Amino acid sequence: MTSLQAYLLLSALLFAVGLAGALTRRNAIIVLIGIELMLNAANLNFIAFWRYSPNPETSTGLVFVLFSLGVAAAEAAVGLGLIIAVYRHYRTTSVDQVDTLKG
Amino acid sequence: MLEQIFVSAKHWLVNLAPSQWQPFFSALISVVALLLVFPSLFALTTVLERKGLGRIQNRYGPNRVGPWGFLQPLADGLKALTKEDLIPRAADQWVHLLAPLVLVVPAFLALAVLPMGRDLVAVDMDAGVLFFFAVGAATELSVFMAGWSSRNKYSLLGAMRAIAQMISYEVPLILSAASVIMVAGSLSTVAIVEAQAGYSGWLPQWFVLTPWGFAGFILFLIAATAESNRSPFDLPEGESELIAGYYTEYSGFKFALFFLGEYLGMFATSGLAITLFLGGWHAPLPFLEWIPSYAWFFGKMLGLICLFIWVRGTLPRLRMDQLMNFAWKFMLPMALLTIIVAGTWRLMTPGWERWLVCAIALAGPYVLLARALLEQKSFSKRSYRYAE
Amino acid sequence: MTASFVLLSLLIISSAIVAMTLRNLVHCALALSLTFAGLAGVYLELNAQFIGFAQILIYIGAVAILVVFAILLTRGSESPTQQVFSTSWVWGVAVALAVFGVIASVIFSSRLISGQALQATQPSVRQIGDALMTRFVLPLQVLGLLLTAALIGGVIIALKDKPDAEITEAAQTTSQGFSRPETK
Repeated sequence: MTSLQAYLLLSALLFAVGLAGALTRRNAIIVLIGIELMLNAANLNFIAFWRYSPNPETSTGLVFVLFSLGVAAAEAAVGLGLIIAVYRHYRTTSVDQVDTLKG
Repeated sequence: MLEQIFVSAKHWLVNLAPSQWQPFFSALISVVALLLVFPSLFALTTVLERKGLGRIQNRYGPNRVGPWGFLQPLADGLKALTKEDLIPRAADQWVHLLAPLVLVVPAFLALAVLPMGRDLVAVDMDAGVLFFFAVGAATELSVFMAGWSSRNKYSLLGAMRAIAQMISYEVPLILSAASVIMVAGSLSTVAIVEAQAGYSGWLPQWFVLTPWGFAGFILFLIAATAESNRSPFDLPEGESELIAGYYTEYSGFKFALFFLGEYLGMFATSGLAITLFLGGWHAPLPFLEWIPSYAWFFGKMLGLICLFIWVRGTLPRLRMDQLMNFAWKFMLPMALLTIIVAGTWRLMTPGWERWLVCAIALAGPYVLLARALLEQKSFSKRSYRYAE
Repeated sequence: MTASFVLLSLLIISSAIVAMTLRNLVHCALALSLTFAGLAGVYLELNAQFIGFAQILIYIGAVAILVVFAILLTRGSESPTQQVFSTSWVWGVAVALAVFGVIASVIFSSRLISGQALQATQPSVRQIGDALMTRFVLPLQVLGLLLTAALIGGVIIALKDKPDAEITEAAQTTSQGFSRPETK
């Protein structure tokens, strides 16, 4: 197993852990933590591919990860604001109980 | 010769080791040097602060232990080491234990990128200033860990206030550093000090002696005072407010570690202020260059520490909402304006026009903004309510 | 597969699993910070210094603290009263395992992913700055716009709703000499 495969495997494993957490936990904040883990796994993937690419001097992978970092931070802020707003209304953060629109 | 004494000593020590261990030895010597110098500076600062505050408040400071009380840190250290380590039964044991470590380790890491003399930097990184701010941001987590793990309402309240204050003042801190980075053209601390070398006439070419640099320096110092939770921004740890804030439940050695971490943070941000604005290890006048560079760096650092102590003894404590308003409504616009003026400075040709333009571009909005913010407060006559 | 990579990946995966399975939410958030720190170490090992430090600054210094604040503001620090895992957790884990299986099989069977690293010089911050300002200036401006929108949107979402009714109610209460008004 080459080094690149090792890094990609680590990224895939982290993505799977984040996905499992996001799908199974009830608390909305933990779901958001799982989503952040998935974003980090994708960033790791980008950096690994950038490092092992034929010409790393173009630094395209790095710049993409920089933008991804910024977008992830903004998304975490807005997501947590939404969770707090939902909590104020429903008094719960459990994703199972916010089902008023259920048909 | 006197200037290069530490560098030559380190080279001689490293050459004593077998050749494949030499990089490891070199790093080890740098680390040991940092670990010896800065805690002793911390000890000196504690006694300086107590005596300085005492004199400002018209009393002697501690004067029993040693000549003029300067061996007081020994007594304090003995007390901290031998005091009983009380942990509340309901406290979260592991988080309670790890919180002081998470504070002290990043504070030591931040000292590694400061150039303390010619060729006297522990690690010369390409992105040194970014590394400094990154480890500075990591200390906020330890404040939360300390406050939450104590299971004490006052600790938690103090921790939340402290974190809100630290993240609010991080923005003007980084923005005022960004103006320096823009003009110097590099994130490496060694390159920023190199960009301030040289003298124009008698005056040094430090960044603090330019309009944008002066404004940036003052903003950086205010933000650094708030980041270290020092007075007048010490509401999270004010004794009359919250007992001791987020480290109420700590005693003995862990309390001493918190103290050490906080003061190391102060040293690190002072060191960065010296590197960014005050010309690092450069001498202020050309004929004073015979004094070694590390003496200038530590002299400037002692000057800034005395300034912090002076401000602590003089100004009253700010209230939480006053603090946050100050950060977001005053310091953030001024920091953004400093960046714009720094860019203008760099693009204009040297001469009196750029001094005039930059000075007016900073002083005008400062006066207008300050007046606008003051007008929102209504200073009315104080009304008293008496109990019936 | 150096020793540092093995240690860092163990740290990352174990703290990620801990972050997803603990009952105590604040411990989850702290384990998440540990995952971010481990990832920053991996980025440093991959010669991406700028991204490693930016990861610490942004994720540990801001996102982890946001998560912690949200946990405290939504009373997450008390022990959870119900189960923490939803009733159909088996399917979630199965889906995650299936995704991992698919990606791993692609990694091992692909012929593209078998090159070794070249002895590349690490990109100086100047090169990243040049790239950001010349080739990627449009995404940079769009990111600025996005962050501004997120800032304003976050503030609006988290504002308490109906401030006017509260202010008029408070004014009524004080003007009537601290007696309860008849209608609410």
